[in-house]
Amino acid sequence: MPVYTVHNNMHSDLTISHADRRPMYLQIIEQIRHRVAIGDWKPGHELPSIRALAVATRVSVITVKRAYLELERDRVIVTRQGKGSFVAENVDLGLQLKHEELSQHLTAAAEIGKHLGLTTDQLVERLRETAEPSAGEHGDEEVA
Amino acid sequence: MSELAIQMAGVEKAYRYFSLRDIRLELEPGQILGFVGPNGAGKSTTIRILMALVHQDDGDVRVLGRSMPREQAIAKRDIGYMSEDMRLYGGATLAWHMKFVASVHPHWDHDYAQTLLRRFSLRAEQPIKVLSHGERTKATLLLVLARRPRLLLLDEPTTGLDPVARYEILRELTDVMSDDRRSILFSSQNTQDVEQISDQITFLDRGRIIESSDKETFVERWRRLQLDVPPGVALPSLPEVTEISASGRLATATINAYTDEVAAAFTRAGATVREVQRMSLEEIFVANVMSSRKEASA
Repeated sequence: MPVYTVHNNMHSDLTISHADRRPMYLQIIEQIRHRVAIGDWKPGHELPSIRALAVATRVSVITVKRAYLELERDRVIVTRQGKGSFVAENVDLGLQLKHEELSQHLTAAAEIGKHLGLTTDQLVERLRETAEPSAGEHGDEEVA
Repeated sequence: MSELAIQMAGVEKAYRYFSLRDIRLELEPGQILGFVGPNGAGKSTTIRILMALVHQDDGDVRVLGRSMPREQAIAKRDIGYMSEDMRLYGGATLAWHMKFVASVHPHWDHDYAQTLLRRFSLRAEQPIKVLSHGERTKATLLLVLARRPRLLLLDEPTTGLDPVARYEILRELTDVMSDDRRSILFSSQNTQDVEQISDQITFLDRGRIIESSDKETFVERWRRLQLDVPPGVALPSLPEVTEISASGRLATATINAYTDEVAAAFTRAGATVREVQRMSLEEIFVANVMSSRKEASA
């Protein structure tokens, strides 16, 4: 059995799923965030080049580029011209994890809302009521 | 920016029952262009024009900086072309073909050819006629790849292949892209293959390019809205809406340039936006073709 060693490196563990309806760049962002959050990739860790990651994950260069741009914007990574991209020094790991956790809960809430036949606006309203209990007193009237 | 790998502008080709109209195509080095269209859209004709196997009636075609068909001899040294109608000699072995191609192409990469044999699970000593369709396609691709051409023009390389063979081929194509001076144009009816590995996507239908853009922009722009439309509410007609299908109170709107403003316009009209859904490339492709055909017949 031939072993394909070229891809047996750290970033090849990123996987893209077609069954997952989220765009591929979001899948990449999430997996990199996770890697940073759990400490696999420490501050200062050099990320694979855009092209190398595209080759390793079998997605187009433009998709990886988009993911890196968003990660830069969110200050998870920094890109130094001609040097490459690195995990930012001051990423708050705890914060990253919390963000991930929040995403998961929101996804779950959206799913349940869908089952209940709630519109996005109604769901947002429910969240507002939960987040600002005092301001939600007139909420019932609107729904009725 | 270095020269474009492919540059077509205003390209026309008329046949008795079919014509290519105003084809404009650009491909930067280091990128993969996915060329998608239904059967008979003109994908193969366009690729043949790039290879100068068919000469355009009008328009400019430059491939790797060379004007086609005039400078085809120089350009073709650096192009790897593969199509359904390329035939290998059934009685000869793959090894014989490899030796033959190596003898006419000075840049033949022997080691890479051996690697490809292993990765494609091919045996060089087998005669071509005993190979399956998938093996034959992989053998043809091996002969093209081992020349290490700067531009690959692949006419439906994955059509009719099983999932494993398709994966093997897509894997090799993305591997090629680790060299940022190389480029690939590949046509396909399978939008999933295109969606995964392409940087640029061009939709072709009935001899015309109906949309061409980088992939991320494509999937970012199209949305499907699920609407709740109370009786008596008329939905506004917006330029971004390509189709609305309604049944009872529920309606589905297909949008080709989504912004929050589109949803707001429906809300102002009295409808409720229940959901904003992303679309797969396949759904975008079909919606695109249907709306361009509707426009053409209107």
